[in-house]
Amino acid sequence: MSEWLERHVPKMVLAPSFAAILLFVYGFIAWTGWISLTKSRLLPKYDIVGTIQYERLMASPRWDTAMNNLFIFGALFIIIAMVLGLALAILLDQKIRTEGLLRTIYLYPMALSMIVTGTAWKWILNPGLGIESVVRGWGFESFTFDWLVNPDFAIYTVVIAGVWQASGFVMALFLAGLRSVDEEIIKAAQVDGIPTMRIYSAIIIPSMAPIFLSAFIVLAHLAIKSFDLVIALTGGGPGYATDLPATYMYAMAFSRGDIGQAASSAMVMMLVVFAIVVPYLYSELRAKND
Amino acid sequence: MTDYAAPSAYASRQRSRTGQIALRWLLYALLCLFALYYLMPLFVMVTTSLKSLEEIRTGSLVSLPRKVTFDAWATAWSGACTGIQCEGLRPYFLNSMMLAIPAVALSTLFGALNGYVIAQWRFKGANLIFSLMLFGCFIPFQVVLLPMARVLGMMGLAGTIPGLIFVHVIYGLGFTTLFFRNYYVSIPNELVKAAKVDGAGFFRIFWSIFLPLSLPIIVVTVIWQFTQIWNDFLFGVSFSQAGTQPVTVALNNIVNSTTGVKEYNVDMAAAIIAALPTLLVYIVAGKYFIRGLTAGSVKG
Repeated sequence: MSEWLERHVPKMVLAPSFAAILLFVYGFIAWTGWISLTKSRLLPKYDIVGTIQYERLMASPRWDTAMNNLFIFGALFIIIAMVLGLALAILLDQKIRTEGLLRTIYLYPMALSMIVTGTAWKWILNPGLGIESVVRGWGFESFTFDWLVNPDFAIYTVVIAGVWQASGFVMALFLAGLRSVDEEIIKAAQVDGIPTMRIYSAIIIPSMAPIFLSAFIVLAHLAIKSFDLVIALTGGGPGYATDLPATYMYAMAFSRGDIGQAASSAMVMMLVVFAIVVPYLYSELRAKND
Repeated sequence: MTDYAAPSAYASRQRSRTGQIALRWLLYALLCLFALYYLMPLFVMVTTSLKSLEEIRTGSLVSLPRKVTFDAWATAWSGACTGIQCEGLRPYFLNSMMLAIPAVALSTLFGALNGYVIAQWRFKGANLIFSLMLFGCFIPFQVVLLPMARVLGMMGLAGTIPGLIFVHVIYGLGFTTLFFRNYYVSIPNELVKAAKVDGAGFFRIFWSIFLPLSLPIIVVTVIWQFTQIWNDFLFGVSFSQAGTQPVTVALNNIVNSTTGVKEYNVDMAAAIIAALPTLLVYIVAGKYFIRGLTAGSVKG
């Protein structure tokens, strides 16, 4: 009896967590998927009627804006954060004496809540007393910078704040990557008189391909989940101008009382995440098992 | 040939040395410029929070306060309005504490045990279980919000702090397990085998061999979980009600409350207060914070 117990203790320890994940992750995804195929409004209904919710979603101009915004925000956020992060990492990699301090400064926004980031940038970017009035105070009377309240440009303020928050993190990733490149190869190249720029572009950066991939995955994941930042910075406004799928889902679930729409939009979000993450995880896990 | 080469090489070396010094200066100038860019919002937040409303309206965003006042901080802490209640951030700050401490402790404990089992007590299917748990880290939480709201209601935990603790523990398991599993997998299995020969059991081995080795990864995990849970907004806003909201939700309500004059200095003081615990952790243990970030992404 005690031997049997001893043999099965590990499984029994893991079991509650595993059961919780099965139920609260996979079971809940199934539930949401089910509801997305019903006519649920304020309360869930369980009769499957087909893809009516997804058709409503595709026909909704607000959802259309949200998906467009996700694309604009996601693309700009990922590209700018990567370029800035890589540039900072390369600059910091030149045997800088104050590297520790600078790294701490570049990375601290990552420790902040997106609500704090949004609040700060909302104040800095507000047209009345923020940057606009500072530049006007310098004598450029006709300077306007009203992106925060301009429906055509408001989404770019989300990019500004997002890049500010996440680029330091990309820098840390790339810096770790630069440091892991084989010293001997770099020394050999230096001895051969190859210029530093060329060493970076031909030797170091190509060998960091996996880090580019991880940075991309993390940033894409952050972009799709971005919810707090938009809520704190623009509240989704002006109008619906800065809605993202995450804020659309939340509005449908908790203020519009349209559970069917909330469920179907959540499922679309999950599909987008999975389309990006699944191939990555699959290759990672396979590489580990080889 | 060599007669001509020698002086020109000397000249070019001389030129490249001045060039290098100029480049060095440019490098430092660029680095400082970027540092200013990252520090600017923090600077603006701090200075704004120390100004009076009058000075904010008439002065410049980037100027230092002419007269430093801590009124905004006092208001943010104990008088600012989050809707109809005007008790400041204090009660919500305490909510976040009461929520984060048990949630961090529990999810770290479960993560350590799970990682220990998966890395050292391999059995058939353990890898599949690990993959399934790992996957759970990546789902957008929107997909579990609706059913979770119903389940919390059924358990009688809707709108309560224990309910929020429960949610954070469940959805933190994937990451905490990942951290400990990756740490324990590098410890040779011979240790467990030898201890078993000596008659030590599962928990005994964990307690007297693995736990004492785990301090670094415990620090990484605790910092990661604390930052995640303290900064969370989505679960907080979805599963709390008036009185049980965490600090991020209260901050957002203060900033967006429409009653009365917009008090920017109070908003900024409140934002700094809400950010202080995680900032403090970052300054004290930045090394571990970064390790968690990179472990969560590179190895994810």
